[in-house]
Amino acid sequence: MTDFPILSVMIAVPLLAALGCLFLRAEGARWLALIATFVDLALGLMLWANFENGGAQWQFVENLPLGGTYLNWQLGIDGIALMLILLSVFLMPICIGASWRSIEKRVPEYMSAFLLMEALMLGVFAAQDLLLFYIFFEGGLIPMYLIIGIWGGAERIKASYKFFLYTLFGSVLMLIAMLVMINQAGTGYIPTLIAYDFAPSLQTWLWLAFFASFAVKMPMWPVHTWLPDAHVQAPTAGSVILAGVLLKMGGYGFVRFSLPMFPDASAQFVPLVFILSSVAIVYTSLVALVQRDMKKLIAYSSVAHMAFVTFGLFAFNRQGIEGALIVMLSHGLVSGALFLCVGVIYDRMHTREIEKYGGLANNMPGYAVLFLLFTMAAVGLPGTSGFVGEFLAMMGTYKVSTWGAIFATTGIILGAAYMLYLYWRIAYGAARTAEASAMRDLSVREWGLLAPIAAAVLWMGVYPEPFLAPMRADVGRLLERTERVTPAGDSRPTAGNPAAAAPAHGAAAHGAEEAAH
Amino acid sequence: MSYIAPILPEIIVGLGAIILMMVAAFVRRASLITHWAAIGILIAACFALIGAPQEAGRVFGGMFAADGFAAFGKVIIYLSAAVAIVAAHGWFDQDFEHGAEYPVLILLSSVGASVMVSATDLMMLYVGLELQSLSAYVLASYRRSDERSAEAGLKYFVLGALASGILLYGISLLYGFTGTTYFDGIAAAFRTDAGSIGLTFGLVFTLAGIAFKIAAVPFHMWTPDVYEGAPTPVTAFFASGPKIAALLLGTRVCLEAMGPATDAWRQIVIFAALASIFLGAVAAYGQTNIKRLLAYSSINNVGFVMIGIAAGGEGGGTSVLFYSAVYVVMTLGAFLCVLRMRDVDGRPVESLESLSGLSQTRPGLAAALAIFMFSLAGIPPLFGFWPKLMVFTAAVDAGLIALAVAGIIGTVVGAYYYIKIVKIMYFDAPVGEPYARVRAPVETALIALAAILVSPLGYLLIGPLGRLSANAASVF
Repeated sequence: MTDFPILSVMIAVPLLAALGCLFLRAEGARWLALIATFVDLALGLMLWANFENGGAQWQFVENLPLGGTYLNWQLGIDGIALMLILLSVFLMPICIGASWRSIEKRVPEYMSAFLLMEALMLGVFAAQDLLLFYIFFEGGLIPMYLIIGIWGGAERIKASYKFFLYTLFGSVLMLIAMLVMINQAGTGYIPTLIAYDFAPSLQTWLWLAFFASFAVKMPMWPVHTWLPDAHVQAPTAGSVILAGVLLKMGGYGFVRFSLPMFPDASAQFVPLVFILSSVAIVYTSLVALVQRDMKKLIAYSSVAHMAFVTFGLFAFNRQGIEGALIVMLSHGLVSGALFLCVGVIYDRMHTREIEKYGGLANNMPGYAVLFLLFTMAAVGLPGTSGFVGEFLAMMGTYKVSTWGAIFATTGIILGAAYMLYLYWRIAYGAARTAEASAMRDLSVREWGLLAPIAAAVLWMGVYPEPFLAPMRADVGRLLERTERVTPAGDSRPTAGNPAAAAPAHGAAAHGAEEAAH
Repeated sequence: MSYIAPILPEIIVGLGAIILMMVAAFVRRASLITHWAAIGILIAACFALIGAPQEAGRVFGGMFAADGFAAFGKVIIYLSAAVAIVAAHGWFDQDFEHGAEYPVLILLSSVGASVMVSATDLMMLYVGLELQSLSAYVLASYRRSDERSAEAGLKYFVLGALASGILLYGISLLYGFTGTTYFDGIAAAFRTDAGSIGLTFGLVFTLAGIAFKIAAVPFHMWTPDVYEGAPTPVTAFFASGPKIAALLLGTRVCLEAMGPATDAWRQIVIFAALASIFLGAVAAYGQTNIKRLLAYSSINNVGFVMIGIAAGGEGGGTSVLFYSAVYVVMTLGAFLCVLRMRDVDGRPVESLESLSGLSQTRPGLAAALAIFMFSLAGIPPLFGFWPKLMVFTAAVDAGLIALAVAGIIGTVVGAYYYIKIVKIMYFDAPVGEPYARVRAPVETALIALAAILVSPLGYLLIGPLGRLSANAASVF
């Protein structure tokens, strides 16, 4: 615990750089953005190094009253926020790198919008004040609206409107709920609110208002329809940040607000969440299966993966919640990487039609290998980060709802189907067009973008402990808070309890073996 | 002396107006002199507000309140009048011979507006309102040679006269059934005789007259036409000073004179608030003229202020004042940007289409206008979010959660057309001639100042401005 206001600095660096970019030319803006994001990455790693696992719940706390009654500059992070902040600062330099050559018009404004985005995202995860959180949460709409609208594809205007109005509509109800909470509890300080017991009847309404916001942001079926449009039209880096970090705000909201602040209502709405998640997994997986547009396919797969998160979170047990958090981190990396992979070939051929590609394993072996790795991670192959999260989340779900677990499992199978089908059509066989067979393999810059993500995906898949450790104590606190409302599971799995068999058969050890049979 | 000190600002502005009128009449080429003199007078009036004008309380036998609430409103009125004069400076010197009288009319209108916010008597209220409105009618038709301007003035006058009639009718009913024109006396009458049909009628007619002045639905019809037809600096003035004066007047009438009859007027105010929010938002969709669009935007914003009025009490009053202050900054900033929309011959351009691609031809102007638009829409982290939050907080604290929910859904509906302007400026390719560049350092500085105030830096103001407005609203 030092006096250095590291969180404020992390927010200020990209903010100042965003202003600076506006006064520079294209090349200068690129370098300034890259440097600023690397500075933030370094600060993020410092944060991780100095974070005491299992120490105080809120670390790096800052408090600066702004003079208003309820709005204060209160920052502080727990392990969950730490991991999401790390994800954000890790992806940001990659986003800047991905836009290095593919963005040619209005570069200073582009870099500025991205840096502003980073500052707001970090603010969301670091805010300890309810209204401060809301300001950061909503503020993210403006840069993303501009990113989609200015640098997007042909249908960008419609997509940007849809993105803006959908998410705004979801969030405004949350604002009213926040005002009610402040009115009731007399404070907007999140740690106090987490410990505050709202009346159960009020919780229902508050939960629904927050759910409206987070479900849209997440996004959950049936309010997911803005996502495919936004992803398809956004520039590559925009998709990366959208899938990588913005969608995580929904999950983060559930962990930070819905579960600990309204435990009774959360328990009450478990069936709703499970049904929506089940539908999302099956429906969006099937939709993904028939997509012709690569980005759309990955966008739908995101919806399906986010359903694992909601399953895990509302399982109210350690496996489920930790699994959901790992799915969030893993999906942030993997879907970001997949969008980058799409961007790599899009930059060369300027089409996202799966039909136009084929046989890339022949002329782009390096690309094919990395793409395969990320495909497998998206499927959830053991050894990749996807497996750890999805396995834990499903285990947690199984403890609560057998049916939920069954639907979730179909997501794995369908996920394998659409991802492998995509990979087959793109990488294997013969090239369908001449341009596809003439494409060159990854450049050094592209290796530089994809290799760190690949390393992180494997690290998280093989040894997830460093990622789980900071969150463990916080998950424990969350479980303590929700303990009394934990729904009784319908599948009570019990470990086989081998008893000593009748001595007539001889040795006890032998008997245990029999019983196990 | 004790009569002069509390109304010193009004005296300064009123006398100043008369002197400047003489100057305009007898001095050749007086335009420049009267403009800057008028600005000086308004700033002097702001300083004159220190002391007695905010502490003396009721003077003139209780007809005139020199309190913090009024002083807060007067600062807004005088400053927005000064900005309207600055904005007009470059506007009138090109093709207009009566430029010198424009600041005089603005000053007279400001005196009327400042009497409105101080009035605690129905007759005082009416006199202030008429002084303000009569000057405004002339201002609306100030470009006599322009048909639209003349039409705007005439329309404003006819409908305004009708509204004044309605208001007077309401006042006469209130007087007839209470026997007094003092707000205190009316409040006492409402307390003892809440169910009286006559009082209720008087209340409804009075509120209808005031609703016309603040352009709340269903008495808003004049707004788009007048805003479009009037010269842009005048429109900027209409949308700021007089509007705030009428809003604060409405607040005082509702909370002070009719305070005991809250149940009677609350439903009316709630209806007008929601109708203004939604109609202001929906009707703006099809507009192609930026001034008409800003007219609907002002209708929309008035609706939010009325949520604060409906909430009532000190919290409601605070939110009304805070909203007014921030709204004026946003609106004046937006109109100053509109003033920059000129073609190469210096003629004003008002079509939304002409904004296409502004971010590429004039990045600074586009950024400023985008900030005002996002701020008017109430999107955080811009400062326009905070006053909206305050009115919703006031509504929630007053138990009007359904109203808050409906209002906030209105912000989403309204957000559409604000982001449409941003879309036109940022997403579309430039079409046609870019705007002419004009050298106007003072206006540029004002735009920059307004943009900085409503940027996230504005949150630094929530402490001081919040205290000021809470202090001013403590009269309720």
